Amino acid sequence: MYMDINDIIKPENLVYTKPRLMNDNPMHYCPGCSHGVVHKLIAEVIDEMGIEEETIGIAPVGCAVFAYNYIDIDWIEAAHGRAPAIATAVKRLNPKKMVFTYQGDGDLAAIGTAETIHACNRGENIVIIFINNGIYGMTGGQMAPTTLEGMKTSTCPYGRNVALNGYPLRIAELVERVDGTCYVTRQSVHTPASIRKAKKAIRHAFENAMAGKGTSMIEIVSTCNSGWKMTPVKANQWMEENMFAKYPMGDLKNV
Amino acid sequence: MAKIKGAVVVNKERCKGCELCVVACPSKVLALQPAEVNDRGYHYAFMQNPDACIGCASCGLVCPDGCITVYKVKL
Repeated sequence: MYMDINDIIKPENLVYTKPRLMNDNPMHYCPGCSHGVVHKLIAEVIDEMGIEEETIGIAPVGCAVFAYNYIDIDWIEAAHGRAPAIATAVKRLNPKKMVFTYQGDGDLAAIGTAETIHACNRGENIVIIFINNGIYGMTGGQMAPTTLEGMKTSTCPYGRNVALNGYPLRIAELVERVDGTCYVTRQSVHTPASIRKAKKAIRHAFENAMAGKGTSMIEIVSTCNSGWKMTPVKANQWMEENMFAKYPMGDLKNV
Repeated sequence: MAKIKGAVVVNKERCKGCELCVVACPSKVLALQPAEVNDRGYHYAFMQNPDACIGCASCGLVCPDGCITVYKVKL
C-alpha cells in the first residue's frame, strides 16, 4: 500500500526526537563527537526520572565546558579537575539534590585524579560521568594519561612510549578498588545497542545517588575524531579495534 | 501481514554531516547530500531511499546533535 510521507509524519506516530531538556543551541562539538550522544542520554534520563528541578550538573574544563549551554538544568562550572570537590560541597549542602559531574579524561584522569579518588573514597552520593577518549581534545590533541601505548598524538608524534610516558591509566579499575564506590561501569556510545546500555547505566547511577548508596562512576569510552585525525565513522571503528582491548566494556562493580 | 513504515525528519540546519546515522541505518535509507550544503557548509543527511525506512530510530539514537526525529506507523 502506498503511503505518503506526510501521512507518517504526525505527532501520534512519533518514536524518537531530541530530548525535551536539550535546548536548540547548536552544539560547538565537532561533527560526530561522542559528547553529543552522552548529553542526549543525560537529558533523557533526567526527564524520565522527573528530576530536572533537583539536578545540578558540574561542568569540567575541556570540550564539555559548555555543557551548561545545552542541557536545561542547573550547572556549576568547576576549575580544571575540581568537579568532584565542588560536587561534594553541593551534595553535602543540598542532600536532596541529584548532583553529577561530567568530565573528560584530561580533566578527571590528569589534573583531577586526586579529587576523583578522594571523592570516591569518601563515598559521596554523586555520579561521575567520565568521558574517556584517550586524548586532550580541546587543546589540540595532546597526550593524556589515558592515551594508548603506541598511540600517536601531537605531543607524542611517534606513539606513546611507556618507558618515557608510563602506561595508560585505567581510572575505572582504580576507583573500583576503593570502598566508597557503589557502581563502577564502562560503557560506549558507538552503536544503537551500546547507547541503550549506556543510558541504562546512567539511570542506575542516578538512582544510586538519589538512594544515597555511594559514588557511582560511568566511564564512557568515546572518540575524538578531530584529535585522532579520522572521520567519525573511522574513529568508531578504530575505537572498537584499539580502545576496547585496553578498556573492556561492562560493570566492574555493582553493589 | 502487518507492515511497518517509518519516516525520518532531519533538522538540516543543525546537522553537521558526520555520517554516523548513514552507517547506523540497517536499511540504508539515509545518505549525505552529495552537493547541497546547509548554512554552515555541511553536507546534511537526507532520506535517499524513504520507502525502505522501518522507523527503528537507530539514526536518531546515534545522532550526536539530536537533529533526527523518527516517526513510525503500522499499516
